[in-house]
Amino acid sequence: MYDVAVIGAGVVGAMIARTLSAYRLKLCILEKQSDVAMGASSANSAIVHAGFDAKEGSLKAKLNVRGAQMMAQVCSELGVKYINNGSLVIGFNEEDEKTVEKLYYRGIANGVEGLKILSPAEMQAIEPNISKNATCALYAPTAAIICPYGLTIAAVGNAMDNGADLKLDFEVTDIQNRGDYYEISNGSETVKAKYVVNAAGLYSDAIARLVGDDSFHITARRGEYILMDKELGSLISTTVFRTPSKMGKGILVTPTVDGNLLTGPTSLDIGDKEDKATTAEGLALVMRESMENVDGVRFQQTITSFCGLRAVGSTGDFIINVPTDRFVNVAGIESPGLSASPAIAEYVVELLASAGCALEKNPDYIATREALHAFREASIEEKNEIIKKDPTYGHIICRCETVTEGEILAAIRTNPKPRDLDGVKRRTRAQMGRCQGGFCSPYIVELLAKEMGVPYESITKFGGDSVVNVGKTKEDREHEAN
Amino acid sequence: MKQIDLVIVGGGPAGMSAAIAAYESGIRNLLILERDSSLGGILQQCIHNGFGLHRFGEELTGPEYAWRYEKKVKELNIPYLLNTMVLDISPDKVVTATNGEDGIFTIQAKAVILAMGCRERSKGALNIAGTRPAGIYSAGTAQKYVNLKGYMPGKNVVILGSGDIGLIMARRMTLEGAKVHAVCELMPYSGGLARNIEQCLNDFGIPLRLSHTVVEIHGKERLTGVTIAKVDECRRPIPETREYIPCDTLLLSVGLIPENELSKTASVTLDRITNGALVDQDRQTEVEGIYACGNVLHVHDLVDFVSEEAEIAGKNAAAYIKGETEEKTSVALSTDGKIRYTVPQRITKKKEVAVFFRVADVYRNVKILVKDGDRVVYSKKKIKVAPGEMECVTLRPEHFEGVDGLRFELEVQEA
Repeated sequence: MYDVAVIGAGVVGAMIARTLSAYRLKLCILEKQSDVAMGASSANSAIVHAGFDAKEGSLKAKLNVRGAQMMAQVCSELGVKYINNGSLVIGFNEEDEKTVEKLYYRGIANGVEGLKILSPAEMQAIEPNISKNATCALYAPTAAIICPYGLTIAAVGNAMDNGADLKLDFEVTDIQNRGDYYEISNGSETVKAKYVVNAAGLYSDAIARLVGDDSFHITARRGEYILMDKELGSLISTTVFRTPSKMGKGILVTPTVDGNLLTGPTSLDIGDKEDKATTAEGLALVMRESMENVDGVRFQQTITSFCGLRAVGSTGDFIINVPTDRFVNVAGIESPGLSASPAIAEYVVELLASAGCALEKNPDYIATREALHAFREASIEEKNEIIKKDPTYGHIICRCETVTEGEILAAIRTNPKPRDLDGVKRRTRAQMGRCQGGFCSPYIVELLAKEMGVPYESITKFGGDSVVNVGKTKEDREHEAN
Repeated sequence: MKQIDLVIVGGGPAGMSAAIAAYESGIRNLLILERDSSLGGILQQCIHNGFGLHRFGEELTGPEYAWRYEKKVKELNIPYLLNTMVLDISPDKVVTATNGEDGIFTIQAKAVILAMGCRERSKGALNIAGTRPAGIYSAGTAQKYVNLKGYMPGKNVVILGSGDIGLIMARRMTLEGAKVHAVCELMPYSGGLARNIEQCLNDFGIPLRLSHTVVEIHGKERLTGVTIAKVDECRRPIPETREYIPCDTLLLSVGLIPENELSKTASVTLDRITNGALVDQDRQTEVEGIYACGNVLHVHDLVDFVSEEAEIAGKNAAAYIKGETEEKTSVALSTDGKIRYTVPQRITKKKEVAVFFRVADVYRNVKILVKDGDRVVYSKKKIKVAPGEMECVTLRPEHFEGVDGLRFELEVQEA
């Protein structure tokens, strides 16, 4: 019997589980995919928003500002990259100027510190490559960039280090309230837990319906992005937004913590919660608008394009409530969900406590986790010490991102353990560079197969039927011979 | 810090040829650094034949061609380190590398030869719309799975791009029992060798769809199909021509990019067209004592020419180390656009020089002109030139005596 089951291993579920693991609770995280951070948590803008976008008084506003304040500390504990680079919202006309002013006052009302409206000269001084046509900008020095899947992986790993269980490929299809506890089932396996946290992202409405709550629904909002080579990563230092529209914050251009340049997202509500396809129109829009905002963006330097689906709730705000006994909804966590995630976790713990969950500090709780990128950032002397003990750290597997065999093996052996190529990619950056795994993926498949003790051809790109190879060569001929 | 006269970065065909040539020119203190677990580079996975016709007058497989050089390297006792990745080359030729045995180490070299080869352009760089399922590989990656690892990346294949590796893989996959439904080529002509179109596609009845591209990728987990379309003269897809092809595998052969990340750390100036270093006839880059050869300099059609070029680099790096000098000049080579680039891009010595180049389109009945202003110093007729095949003209000192620039032009009788 678990004390708490968290459904969904996105950044929200991960942060909740990690925060709960500081208490004497038996925890379980249920995730329907083959790895954590498989939804919006791995395909978003990777931004910690300052907190001036959400309406005054909303849960979004409150939790965004609080989450942004907590984020640096959380990232430092979990060994996740965090860079406080500041953000600019730029405008091109009088109407934009009014919007910028509105955001400024809203930010002040929300408690955002350090906001400043800049003149064209001031913004050019901060960002020389910003469009010369921009007439106004709102500067938010507290904004930051982070690695969103890195945060999710580290938070789940930290929760596991503190005793939490992670069940992957566990798609919840039924929840029964047994009075003192819930039975949560995927059709073949049942997990019992006294409390349930519904952090199921796009499907949090479906999960809520399983306990009879149909008070909200979730729509998928498509956001398409283009990621560019590290050669463009220093084009700008801040995150550059366009003044927002009803559909979102517009196309942004930002450096990433790993030194690439990221642009996007588009914003389109769609019916299909699984439709993560990019579109020719969407990518064209990203290119057009980002080139309008920042000079020198060159799409010949594209590394990849991708699409994320934001879980947009029907209430217009985050939906965090207790619709029935011992069951907490954490739904509709669209932007600024990543920024708010530490504060959401804190808030959910409060709700669980009010719902009767006994919170006693876990005396063995370890708040920190060694960064998976520690080797990459070590000095040459430190690296040589490590290589002397373990020669695999001297052997480069991914040449584009200079990732060693030792780092890949360490990632494969560290909770939450990756089981596929994309899982290794998100943890180590191997395959994330210019050649996109062209050279190294056959070796990584080999390392995964060996470590997991499974056949080479069973290794997938991201679980399910996404096999990398369909079989051995000459296999048909062997059958004939037999 | 270890002092080594000549460090060769890369132990593929270019690196090995360069090392042998330098050794034969008297350099004994040299070292090849190879990132893979054996010498030979990409040739190890090129198990088809057709290598060495120019060099050896016979058709060798890739590993056989590589072995001829590897054997020589071993006979001469030329030192090399395997599983060793160079991390940095400074402009003053300090080479930083890593491997499991030595850790991260540095070498002060007198001369460096860049022979890192090239990589394939990836799917991401193409920005094709659609999903991101498993089953999409660059042709070379698929080649590695099939030829070196013994696994099949898929059974129903569409190939985008008709570069040589794509053509070779069309045949390989067919021979391994897969069905190759089509090879789509964005351009109205193939970028591969004519002999490969014949032997890899036509002989197996695989359709080559010129002026076609993949416009959408389908499938959630594993690829289930692609939508292809014809493109207009501006290479824009024509919506009415969209056509769905069910398949589980998409192979990409959409261009090779010289791997010059290390050259950049050494402040080597690159050519905008070749994406390789700017070099003189010795294959010396604009950084003194740093040479480049093979596919890291410009993408070659035949490995035979890689070996030839690498020998030039090796010989001249040796001469540089020994302090030999020759009579100098400075002639900048430029092109007219129909000829895309030349290698070398500059002549600095008064000696015979072979200038290699590629053209931008398929042209028939052409005259290759080398001009000093309006004065034609050299001309040569050709029945047909194509982007897939490298061309070469040999200039003698009298062609550039007293000249500071030569322009390579193509006079086209019939497009």
